Amino acid sequence: MTDHTSVRAGARRPQRYLPMQILLGFLVIYFLVPFWWVIVNSSKDAPGLFGGGNTLWFTDQIDYLGNLRQLFTYDGGIYLRWMLNSTLYAIAGGVGATVLAVMAGYGFAKYRFAARRFSFAVVLGALMVPATALVIPTFILFSRLGLTNTVWAVILPSLLNPFGVYLMHVYARDAVPDELLDAARVDGAGELRTFFQIALPLMRPAVVTVLLLSAVASWNNYFLPLAMLSDNRLFPVTVGLGLWQGIASANNAGTTSLWSLIILGSLVSVIPLIIAFFSLQRHWRGGLSVGGLR
Amino acid sequence: MTLLTEKRAPRPQPETRKIRGKVHLREHLMGWLFVGPFGIVFLAFLIAPLAYALYLSLFQKKLIGGTSFVLFDNYVKAFTDPSFLSGVWFVIRFSLVSIPLQILIALALALILDAVTTAFARFSRLMIFLPYAIPTVIGAVMWGFLYSKGFGPLTDIFGLFGATAPDFLSSDLIFYGLLNVVTWQWAGYYMIILYAALQGVDPTLYEAARMDGAGRWQIATRIKIPLIAPALILILVFSLIGTLQFFNEPQILRYLAAGAIGSDFTPNMYAYQQAFSLANFNYGSAISFALGGVVFICVYAFLFFTRKRRSFL
Repeated sequence: MTDHTSVRAGARRPQRYLPMQILLGFLVIYFLVPFWWVIVNSSKDAPGLFGGGNTLWFTDQIDYLGNLRQLFTYDGGIYLRWMLNSTLYAIAGGVGATVLAVMAGYGFAKYRFAARRFSFAVVLGALMVPATALVIPTFILFSRLGLTNTVWAVILPSLLNPFGVYLMHVYARDAVPDELLDAARVDGAGELRTFFQIALPLMRPAVVTVLLLSAVASWNNYFLPLAMLSDNRLFPVTVGLGLWQGIASANNAGTTSLWSLIILGSLVSVIPLIIAFFSLQRHWRGGLSVGGLR
Repeated sequence: MTLLTEKRAPRPQPETRKIRGKVHLREHLMGWLFVGPFGIVFLAFLIAPLAYALYLSLFQKKLIGGTSFVLFDNYVKAFTDPSFLSGVWFVIRFSLVSIPLQILIALALALILDAVTTAFARFSRLMIFLPYAIPTVIGAVMWGFLYSKGFGPLTDIFGLFGATAPDFLSSDLIFYGLLNVVTWQWAGYYMIILYAALQGVDPTLYEAARMDGAGRWQIATRIKIPLIAPALILILVFSLIGTLQFFNEPQILRYLAAGAIGSDFTPNMYAYQQAFSLANFNYGSAISFALGGVVFICVYAFLFFTRKRRSFL
């Protein structure tokens, strides 16, 4: 803790407890080991993968390009399709769920309408309903409507995000002053204009957070698409890789190439979300604190 | 409520009453306009499926005689079914170990990251959070590789010391294998939530405590932790709900750990098997509903014991 470091950090002097930083270092290694393993092993060809040797280090043959070509051409390029499906489900489900949650959270926070307390209590109660418990009846209802095995079977149920409503409610209540809304109304702005021009900009950190959380939930969803879809061209990448994993495990001998596809496929599939999280970091961190404060 | 009190209030001048009534009607309308779209989705994809699952769970399909109303027979069957009960017992045991472990790690990390403000600490925060961006399915696939005898480094590492590597996919150790996957996946997310809550605490409180002679440990245990208690309760409740519904990780590792994970390993896997492999939707629905009941009881018991019911629900 020399003088120049404390100047650099401004008002708060940087705290560096060395033992704790060493502990952090070990934990970072633990959290990164699976990524490292996947990065290393997706560079190998089948002999390198199965030939023994150090599983945590590269072999002489580093062949990312060849493996990528194999991944994206296998079975008529089905992997790229899975990635695009995942993207579609994440964007459609995420944006839809966010629009609904922002409107509902704002409505619950700022209007005293009939049955408001009761409705909000029901929404909070819904947080406790196991999401997977809804999949079986939803599947039967959708199959009656002929919606199973379509993209709608995955997108429509993803629109439901009670936690998003809860988060938006808390945020709108605290971050949007009633006086400001009243002032806008007195100045002649309609309710919708007040919402879009006054409230929405104030709620932006929470909106980004809810959008990110809903998109991640859709991207990561496994149970719902697994139950709803039977055509593998509609699979998201989670269900697709699960399928490959099942095939590869069932007959280990004949499908050595599939293992290397699964390894590289796992690596490629996590890249979009990691980029999204890092690039939007500034926005979601402000919003995450809200959910925990009440 | 507002409508009732208004009727009982002393009758105001006709004009003002008319205006006030209009304003209120407008407020009701606007409120429902904002909440309505979510309400429709809520009814269609939560209330309706739940009601339908309840309805389905009261029937039984027989080979002869078709479907018949059996009231609670499916539930009686579920709560005497060793497959369901062993699954419930497993997820409860798993919750009791995994949730305190994850929260302890997350809390310790959040407190460290709140105290240490170097660039490396900021980097660590992101890296520890990274697994949250990984789908649970992919996380399970990755750890499955690390555990496996063929590809995993465990054989090499333990071989260095002349020991045999533990097989986390065997029935003896699968509990710990899954425990590790879940901790790796979620501890960072909980850490971020707790860290965000800690950052929201007014730093002058620490100054005051320091003046009174409190050490770092005392500040952490007496000031920081009590102040972020609501955030702790929140993540405990969500991890409890999530863990009782355990599905993705065991379902994926099933292929690799065939002997250790059966199709009735967790209640959700059992419900999935009943509904989608055996087309026994009635019993599958009953299991889902029974699991929902277990979740509700566990969450309520937890909130009751922490006496924090009012802070969250």
